[in-house]
Amino acid sequence: MAEAYIYDAVRTPRGRGKQDGSLHEVSTLGLATTALKAIKERNKLDTHMVDDVVLGCVDTVGESGSDIARVSALTAGYGDQVPGIQINRFCASGLDAVNFAAAQVMSGQHDMTIGGGVESMSRVGIGSEGGAWPVDPSAALPAYFMPQGVSADLIATKYGFTRDDVDAYAVESQKRAAEAWKDGRFSKSIAPVRDINGVTILDHDEYMRPGTNMQSLASLKPSFIMMGEQGGFDAVALQAHPEIEQVNHIHHAGNSSGIVDGAAAVLLGSAEAGKRAGLKPRGRIRAFCNIGSEPAMMLTGPVDVTRKLLKRAGMNFNDIDLFEVNEAFASVVLRFMQAFDADPKKVNPNGGAIALGHPLGATGAMLVGTALDELERTGKSTALITLCIGAGMGTATIIERV
Amino acid sequence: MAIKNFKIEKDADGIALVTFDMPGKPMNVLSADSIADLEAVIEETTKDETIKGVVITSGKDAFCAGADLTMLQHGAKDYQDQIKAHGLEAANKAFMEQSSRASRLFRRIETCGKPWAAAINGLALGGGFELTLGCHYRVAAEKAAAGLPEIKVGLFPGAGGTQRVPRLMGTPEALQMLLKGDQIPAPKAKAMNLVHDVAPQGEIVARAKAWIKNGGKAIAPWDDPKFKAPSGKVFSATGMMIWPAANALYRKETYDNYPAARAILKCVFEGLQLPMDLALKVEARYFSNVLRSKEAAAMIRSLFISMGELNKGARRPANEPKTSIKKVGVIGAGFMGAGVAYVSANAGLDVVLIDRDQAAADKGKAHSDALMSARVKKGRATEEKKAELLARIKPSADYNDLKGCDLVIEAVFEDRAVKAEATKKVQAVLGADVVFASNTSTLPITSLASEAAKPENFIGIHFFSPVDKMMLVEIIMGEKTGPKALATAIDYVRIIKKTPIVVNDTRGFYANRCVGRYLAEGHLMLMEGVPPAMIENVARMAGMPVGPLSLNDEVALDLSWRVVQATKKDLGAQAVDPAQEKLIKTMVVDKERFGRKNGKGFYDYPEGGKKKLWAGLADLQDKKLDPDTISIEELKQRFLAVQAVEAARTMAEGVVTDPREADVGSILGFGFAPYTGGTISYIDGMGAKAFVELCDRLAAKYGDRFAPPAQLREMAKKGESFYGKFGAAAKAA
Repeated sequence: MAEAYIYDAVRTPRGRGKQDGSLHEVSTLGLATTALKAIKERNKLDTHMVDDVVLGCVDTVGESGSDIARVSALTAGYGDQVPGIQINRFCASGLDAVNFAAAQVMSGQHDMTIGGGVESMSRVGIGSEGGAWPVDPSAALPAYFMPQGVSADLIATKYGFTRDDVDAYAVESQKRAAEAWKDGRFSKSIAPVRDINGVTILDHDEYMRPGTNMQSLASLKPSFIMMGEQGGFDAVALQAHPEIEQVNHIHHAGNSSGIVDGAAAVLLGSAEAGKRAGLKPRGRIRAFCNIGSEPAMMLTGPVDVTRKLLKRAGMNFNDIDLFEVNEAFASVVLRFMQAFDADPKKVNPNGGAIALGHPLGATGAMLVGTALDELERTGKSTALITLCIGAGMGTATIIERV
Repeated sequence: MAIKNFKIEKDADGIALVTFDMPGKPMNVLSADSIADLEAVIEETTKDETIKGVVITSGKDAFCAGADLTMLQHGAKDYQDQIKAHGLEAANKAFMEQSSRASRLFRRIETCGKPWAAAINGLALGGGFELTLGCHYRVAAEKAAAGLPEIKVGLFPGAGGTQRVPRLMGTPEALQMLLKGDQIPAPKAKAMNLVHDVAPQGEIVARAKAWIKNGGKAIAPWDDPKFKAPSGKVFSATGMMIWPAANALYRKETYDNYPAARAILKCVFEGLQLPMDLALKVEARYFSNVLRSKEAAAMIRSLFISMGELNKGARRPANEPKTSIKKVGVIGAGFMGAGVAYVSANAGLDVVLIDRDQAAADKGKAHSDALMSARVKKGRATEEKKAELLARIKPSADYNDLKGCDLVIEAVFEDRAVKAEATKKVQAVLGADVVFASNTSTLPITSLASEAAKPENFIGIHFFSPVDKMMLVEIIMGEKTGPKALATAIDYVRIIKKTPIVVNDTRGFYANRCVGRYLAEGHLMLMEGVPPAMIENVARMAGMPVGPLSLNDEVALDLSWRVVQATKKDLGAQAVDPAQEKLIKTMVVDKERFGRKNGKGFYDYPEGGKKKLWAGLADLQDKKLDPDTISIEELKQRFLAVQAVEAARTMAEGVVTDPREADVGSILGFGFAPYTGGTISYIDGMGAKAFVELCDRLAAKYGDRFAPPAQLREMAKKGESFYGKFGAAAKAA
């Protein structure tokens, strides 16, 4: 089997995913194109070598529909012969895009590929795509469908995390993200978004609230009480996990991932293709896999998929130097750390989506870059990236420096 | 073919008045016969070029009561024959053709090209109301009411109801209506857009005709290509607001135990995305599927057919002359006696309510005042009704006031001596021939009857608490109780519009024996280390209305403690599980947690707040099981099987003699998972063999309380069912 090497990883900054966000004026196409152009320019890449562009995107309607990957490649000037495919595995789409792109190389069918993702949450609202899962009784009933926030509260209730626990985690995320920016740890990967005149629209993550502390978070009301109680979802949670008397609603905007806009791209290729392009590999994809998990809790997939992946890769939890566990909600990461008795210092050392935001389809690819940068900075070797996923799934990837 | 069930009268304007009037029947129903007639009516009126439009009404007080459910029951046998003859797929197809006959018929009305108007003169239920929904116009009499109650017997409106209702009103309102099955009075039906007009009884036909004369269109709104459903498209922003919550609330209400309710959701969801003809086809697919379900069969049998038979006095001795009950005496004006006085007066009976002193008797009457005042406040009764009802209750401390009573019901303190005294005092005034009923829940009727001069006139009439809400009454036959007493008791229960079951004298009678098992199972699970919330939630998921710990708090834990002690005294120490005894003793004796009545039991009851499981329960558990390793399915089985096997014992012992009574009694008396059809249908539903296997497995793991009686084991061996073995005999009796 061929090795899939990582030659580069870039991401746009994350813009606040609202009408007053800096990237609201930039279309989905504009964001994806920015990331692809950055790959091309930074590596002086002859893009004719690219065999496929795989982009994750979750809400693919309107401007993000009709295979955003192919049109982004065209718009980025990659050339007529560079194809693209858009994929959707909800929040892990970006990581799956990297995995799928890597798989093409590892299988020997393609030599150089790009995996990445894009989401303009300010322009294409979350849930715009619809789908059978939340609405069709034939799907929603067996899946114990409930909004992710209620599932996150269910996880907290089941595994005993209190409001203080999740808030403290959120404060730490903000602190780590602020330090990371101050220390310039993201600068290697950031591709600023510019206008047609080259004027910068955004060059930093603007969602962060570095001053966040326990007091400021304490003033926020739980976001999912209404849905849980009046929408009937607490009852769904209790029927899936009857040992719980009452769902403890503790998540709010301050300890959940931020809604943001952004895109990312990771350049992958075989050793030989890298040589031809005159590139030096920064890392390699060691292993990846997917799993389905209990759909009511929905967001515990990172635990299940990590177990599965470590077993498949013949590794132990302690063989991993660094974990990037997407901060969809604080309880997701707390549960991950609880399940593996993980050292908190090794998990999301530069903060995560609670502080920086979670542009759904792009986040997974962003985390690959963040992990690689951190391995290089600290001189460590191995990182595991994992995300929880709607409808109860997990995706994980192990990368290592070469 | 001559049309027997409909009359057609054409007027000078060319409007045919079709009157639904089944000969020799009190109500119009949709039977194979009347459906065939209606088919002929449609063809005839459509063919006749002189007919411009049709008004359909009824010649009975009610418009139409819906489908003949016994007909649906018979369909099951044809289906089995079809499978044998033609295979499963062909049988399913034929069954769907058959079960969607009414649906196609109503669609034929809707698309026949001539305007049809329904003049709804009275109650229009189920298929009867769906018939009118197939008409292009509906005018209802002011006193009429409409409803689609199919869900209450495990079915759903499968003749267009799930399609036309959500095209007349918003999806949430439509789902609510279809899933609740309530009757809707005409004015409200108009507000809900179910009927176009409401008019005085005498004018509805004229109004319906006027609509036709004024150019009423023979096209349903949804057959107009520009039609938009009130809630818009399913896949839309509005749909995203509606459906996730609709699915969740459905699960909250039903625990996903009712195939018919699930089918309603699916029919509405899928049907709203389709043109009417296809939507009806999808509805027909689900309908034929639900109609064949175990749940529908069990619910129709128990909640419609058996309950109807028992309500009509199925167990009344046939030869006993009709009794005349006008005045009843109630001895003991406590909570139960006061409730008995209320339901009796509410049924129009005169009541003499006796207690030790006038103040106590007055207090008992005040209960009726409070209940009626609450009804007045909710608009469910008038001040006049309240005054009339209260005037019928005479509170007194003087037994002489009982003179003229046709029946006396004793509801004094559960003490043999107190009861004996009451019996003597009543007999002193009324003599030995009056029927005397004891509302005891614990003392054997036979021994109480020994205090009566004529034990044949002594009987048990066991009410459930709260008396005004609980629809079941257990009539208990002492060894010497005679047919007159039984006939009187049944006639009385019929007058107060409750459902009687007749059981033979035994400790706990029927219902409380099963309930006792249910409570104990909850106690034992707790002591095994099952999380308390899991006990409560899984009990509800199994179909019980209230968790065992919660129920125990309601009936009081100190009562449970007394029962435990009495059981040991009467039946020996081995009759009580030591783990259960320890738990109850700790709760009552050590912790003084008596239940809701002192604000602390298995739950805490914070003032003004929601009750919450007592945190201290964890300390009473010697070990705690990991919930992820506990089989939810097995917990559910334990809850239902432990009650069902007790019911089987009562049948083996001859305490209950008729499976209909065991089933109906279990649903009405203690809310036994209605989707199963009741305790005995639960066993028959899975088959005696499978049930015995289940019991043996549970007995091996959890103890002899699951051990099936010999009779049931024998039935399993022979492949018999309770209804097969006892049903016919009971009916013949």
